[in-house]
Parts: sequence; C-alpha cells; structure tokens
Amino acid sequence: MFDGYTASQLMSIFAMQGFAGLILFSVFLLMALGLAIIFGQMGVINMAHGEFMILGAYVTFLTSNFFQSNLPHFFGGYFFFAMAFAFLAAGALGYALEWVLIRHLYRRPLDTLLATWGVSMILQQVYRSVFGAREVGVVLPDWLMGSYQVTDMIDVPINGMFVMALTATITAAVFALMFRSTWGLQVRAVTQNRVMAGAAGINGKRVDRLTFALGCGIAGVAGSAFTMVGSTGPTAGQLYIVDTFLVVVFGGAQSLFGTIASAFAISQSQSTMEFFLSGSMAKVLTLLTVVGILLLRPQGLFVVKVRK
Amino acid sequence: MTSHRNPGGSTLPHWKRLVGAAMLSATALAPLDVLAANPPTAEVNTTGLAVTDTEVTVGILHSVTGTMAISETGSVQAEKLAIEQINAMGGVLGRQIKYIQEDGASDWPTFAEKARKLLVNDKAAAVFGCWTSASRKAVLPIFERENGLLYYPTFYEGLEQSKNVIYTGQEATQQILAGLDWVAEEKGAKSFYLLGSDYIWPRTSNKIARKHIEMNGMKVVGEDYFPLGHTQFNSVINKIKLTKPDVIYAIIVGGSNVAFYKQLKAAGIDLSKQTLLTISVTEDEIQGIGGENIAGAYAAMKYFQSLDNENNKAFVQAFQERWGKDIVIGDVTQAAYLGPWLWKAAVEKAGSFDVDKVREASIELELTTAPEGYVKIHPNHHLWSKTRIGLARADGQYDVIYETKELMEPNPFPEGYQ
Repeated sequence: MFDGYTASQLMSIFAMQGFAGLILFSVFLLMALGLAIIFGQMGVINMAHGEFMILGAYVTFLTSNFFQSNLPHFFGGYFFFAMAFAFLAAGALGYALEWVLIRHLYRRPLDTLLATWGVSMILQQVYRSVFGAREVGVVLPDWLMGSYQVTDMIDVPINGMFVMALTATITAAVFALMFRSTWGLQVRAVTQNRVMAGAAGINGKRVDRLTFALGCGIAGVAGSAFTMVGSTGPTAGQLYIVDTFLVVVFGGAQSLFGTIASAFAISQSQSTMEFFLSGSMAKVLTLLTVVGILLLRPQGLFVVKVRK
Repeated sequence: MTSHRNPGGSTLPHWKRLVGAAMLSATALAPLDVLAANPPTAEVNTTGLAVTDTEVTVGILHSVTGTMAISETGSVQAEKLAIEQINAMGGVLGRQIKYIQEDGASDWPTFAEKARKLLVNDKAAAVFGCWTSASRKAVLPIFERENGLLYYPTFYEGLEQSKNVIYTGQEATQQILAGLDWVAEEKGAKSFYLLGSDYIWPRTSNKIARKHIEMNGMKVVGEDYFPLGHTQFNSVINKIKLTKPDVIYAIIVGGSNVAFYKQLKAAGIDLSKQTLLTISVTEDEIQGIGGENIAGAYAAMKYFQSLDNENNKAFVQAFQERWGKDIVIGDVTQAAYLGPWLWKAAVEKAGSFDVDKVREASIELELTTAPEGYVKIHPNHHLWSKTRIGLARADGQYDVIYETKELMEPNPFPEGYQ
C-alpha cells in the first residue's frame, strides 16, 4: 500500500501514526485511572464509571456556557476551571454514593456490580431529563482546537497534546498520592489487610470513602477532557466503559503499573492495526488478543501479591 | 369494545347486534349539523379500527428512552405538531385525531411488542414511527400480519418495499447518486475515501456509492468501517492524509460523529480545502458536533431547515413556536412531519379509514404543502423528491447551494448496484 510515496512522506506518516498511538494511549490511561483505583484498591466493580465521566463532561458544558455569557474575556482559560469543577462534582457524587450505597455492599462484590449498573441507568435518565436526550455541543476555546503544523505533512493536534499532558500530570499525582503520602500508605494498608490496618489505628471506612471519591473525581476530569475529542450526551459514557474495563482487567486489577502497561499495549496494537485494516477488524483482533492472553494469564499482566 | 364500529357484521352474536342497533339509533338522535359534516362511521371504517363518530386513534412509536432517543425525539415532535395542526383544521373526515404514544426504548423486541399493542389492542388506524432499520424490520411482520399502516420517516438503505409501509424519507439511491454526481461535476472529484459506521445502512450505501463511482470512471482509494460508538479516528485520518482523496465520503452516525469531526479538525484537515460529503449529518447532529467543527462540509439530503420556500417558512415557525425557538429541524424530522399529512390526504381521497383503501389511494398521491416542496407517492410506496446539497455553516445550519432539477425517482431495488 506504500507504492508511489517518497521516503519523506512515509516518514511523516509513521511519525503521525506513532503520535496517534500515543494520544490513544493517553486517552485509555486517563479513562482507566479512576476505575483502576476503585477496582484495584477496593475491589468494587463500578459500572457507573462512564456516567461519572459524563458528569464531568456536563459540568464542562455548564462552565463553558457560564463563561460565555458572564465572563467572555476569560473564555480562553475556562477549561481549567471546568476540569476543577468536574473533579469536585464527580468526587462529591462518588463520596455520597459510597456512603449511601457502596459501603453496605463491600462483602458482596457481585452485588456492587448490579447496584452500580442500576446507578448508571439512573444517572443516564437524570442527564436525559435535565439536559435533554440530544447531545450537547461543548464550545471549546480556539487555542485548544487547532493543530500545530510541524512540516507540510505533519500536523500535531493540540487537543491531543493537551490530553497527553493532562494524563501525565494526573498519573504522576496519583502515584505521588499512593506511594509518597501518608494517605496512600493507609490505602495500601487497608487493601492488603483491612483488619490489621484497623488494629494499627487506620480508619478503614474513611479511607474507603475517600478512595472511591478520588476515583470518581478522576473519572470526572477525564470526562471533562474528552469533550475535546468525543461527544457529550446522556449515554455517551457507555462508549468508554468497555475499553476502560478492558484496560484495567488486562493490566491486572490491583496494579497501577499494570494499567499503564496495558493501556500502552492495547492502544499501540489497536492504532497500528487500524492503519492497516478496517476499524472493525482492528477492534476484533485487539479483543481476540486480549482474550487469548487472559486465558493464559487470568490475573492480568501484573500481579500484586496480597495476603488473604 | 363498542360494536357500532361494525354494525353489519353477521359474525357478531345476536345480543351484540342488538346493542349495535341501539347505539346506531342513539347516534341518529345526535344534532344533525355534527353528522352532516362527518360521513357515518359504518361507511368509513369497515374493518374494526378505532374510529368513532368524533375521533380516530393513531399510534406514535419511537424511542424516547435509550440511545436512539437522541435521534428520534425530533420525529416525535414533528408528528405531534402535524396531528395538532390537522386537528385544528377540523381533523380527518370530520374526526379529531387522538394519538397513543408508545416507547420503543431503543430495543427492537420492544418495538415489535408495542407495534402489536397499537394494532391489536388499540386498533390504531395508522402508526407513525420507527427510526433505525433494525426497528422497522422488527415491526414489519406484525404490520403485514395485522394489515396495519406504518409511516416510516428515516432515510435508509432501500432493499425493502412493503404494502404496509409508506416510506417518507429517501431511499439510498436518491440521496447518494445526486450527491456523487454533484461533487463530480462541481468539484471535479476523481477519487473518494468511503467511511462508515459498521452496520447495514452505511455498508449498503457505500456499496451503491462505490458502484456509481466506479461506473463513472472515478476511483475509490479507501473504505473503512468502525463499530458504533467508536471514538478514536486518528489512524484513519492519517490514512486519509496519505491517500489524499478528492472527497471524503462519510456515513458515520451517533456519538462517533462528534468524535470524528472534532478529530478531523484537530488533525489540521481544513474542510474549506478538503471536500467532505456526508449523508448522515443533519442539523440535529450538528448540535452535538458543534457548528465550528463541521463548517465547510457538504451534505446530500432532501431537506434542510434553511430551505427557502413558503411552506417551509410556515413549518419552521410553527415548529419553533410549539417546541422552543432554539430547536433545529433535520431531514428526518421533516419526513416525519409528512406522515400524518400524507395519511390525511389518502384517507380523504379514499373516503375511508380502511387500510386497504388508504393504501390504494396513496399511490400517486400528491402533497403540495410539504416543507420540502412538492412530493408524490410512487407505486413502490417511496416518495418522489428532490435531493439538495447543503454547505454547513458555523452556526449549525446549512446553506442550500444546489438542488436537482427534477424529482428523483425512488428505486429501492436498484439494478446494477447490488
């Protein structure tokens, strides 16, 4: 398929294709991080993850409208406020949900699956009633939408760069929080042995609630960022949920490193195959590969040893 | 169940015939001026439909919950508006239209179940509904078995013709051929990149498009399909950049649309320089995509909200008065609006609500008041209509820059294109 192209044209295409893979990697990682924290550290299967992301997207929509009508001079910078609001809103909802529902179900992991699935349907209908069934258009500041032209052939999408930078920042922040802070120490202690952690004076319930809120808050930020590349509608969260679970499960549920590695592996293979095959075939082959590897290695790529 | 709908039916038990006779004499006592306008129910309804002396019941069957609610909301609004307008004008054969609305919930078996309910329990004289081909295929056997009448509004892939369905949207060839001919002529297009969501409508449509392109000595340089809901298009955008087609021909639907156009713009593809022709993005979809992300693209369909004629001005004004001033109207919404009007015209031409007579009267039926302009029902139950090319503006509307001189003949089973 490369007949009739000069070497420099091919180089540019490969460069852009590599870039497309990296953007996909950032998107996958960003949407999986929140779920990885909740699923990995707490063992809760949060089927409403996509709806928390869409909450972030709707918060962005509202912030955008507010800035347009009230603070048009600051419109260029509204996106940072929107992400902060999205984090707070999704985090607060997660905090409340944990208190109302999830904490009663910790001993029944399969029931959390059903309960959060119910929550996801309730949220979808709430969005539909409040914002209407149609998708809403989030107006983005101009500086986020264009592309940066490196050469004639190579255009770097600015929103792609933005997502990459955001993902790097949030991943770094999560690692710092988990492995460098006292609170992270407590989370890991509770994950490893809840009873011993309690005996050592760690308030397990509080840790659970904050962990869940943090995971949901990160989902909200992800949703806010994805208004740049995707749609915002009541059921748009469903578009992300399958890929998200795929990344987390494939990486090994309790390992953040695993999540990163799996996001990288899946995004690179998918984006490469999409270039040579049709989009549907690429998806089928990616899923088949993941299924094959999980058959051989049911625990995922990385495993953390946990005392039972 | 009131038996006066079927007073002559000899299959009725004796006591029912007696009740029927009593009811008839009761209506005979009603004021004469009411009856004068309305032909007697016994004459206009010989098959037991839900028609009384003052009322006729029809069904509206769309998804108002689930994924498809995004698309189907406009159709529901248009059908309700048409029914309200007809009622304000005095109804059909002097009878006010009462609608029963059912929710297909974006689930095809639910569509079938609700269709059966509307036809069997409610005895709806006509049903306006369905949106996806999958939902239409699910209800089709029921409409054929119960001899119901469905007005289906969506542009679709063709390859179907049922005596129980009137297709008020365009079938694939009407939409596709005019659009391709236009880009070939106006833009001198020689090469095409075909894109679509991975299901029957985009695949069939692209098959027709490919045949037409190749028969006219032009070239398809790439063809790609994506699962519904796909949100990452960077790889295919690179392929497009590599193959440099004259025209990107895109039939992507739903949430994927938003992702595709945003990423296209972000990748530096400027639609004022790169020709893109779509048959799947109406004004409705642009609201989600954002006008600034799709400005410069061309769409080939039969209706645009900005269409400049008196019928359409009145329609847009009435629609916005009824459903809010910011609301937009897409191709399918207009086609849905035609349903009740076509049905009214056919019933009045037939002088009867009976499905068989309405069907017969529908053939070659003309409607001069349609917002899209003059339309006529072809014997194959599709509409003769013009195809237009719209140029997307940043404010989310289209400028109509071309329309076919003649009405396009509907051809749901195009020879040589299969």
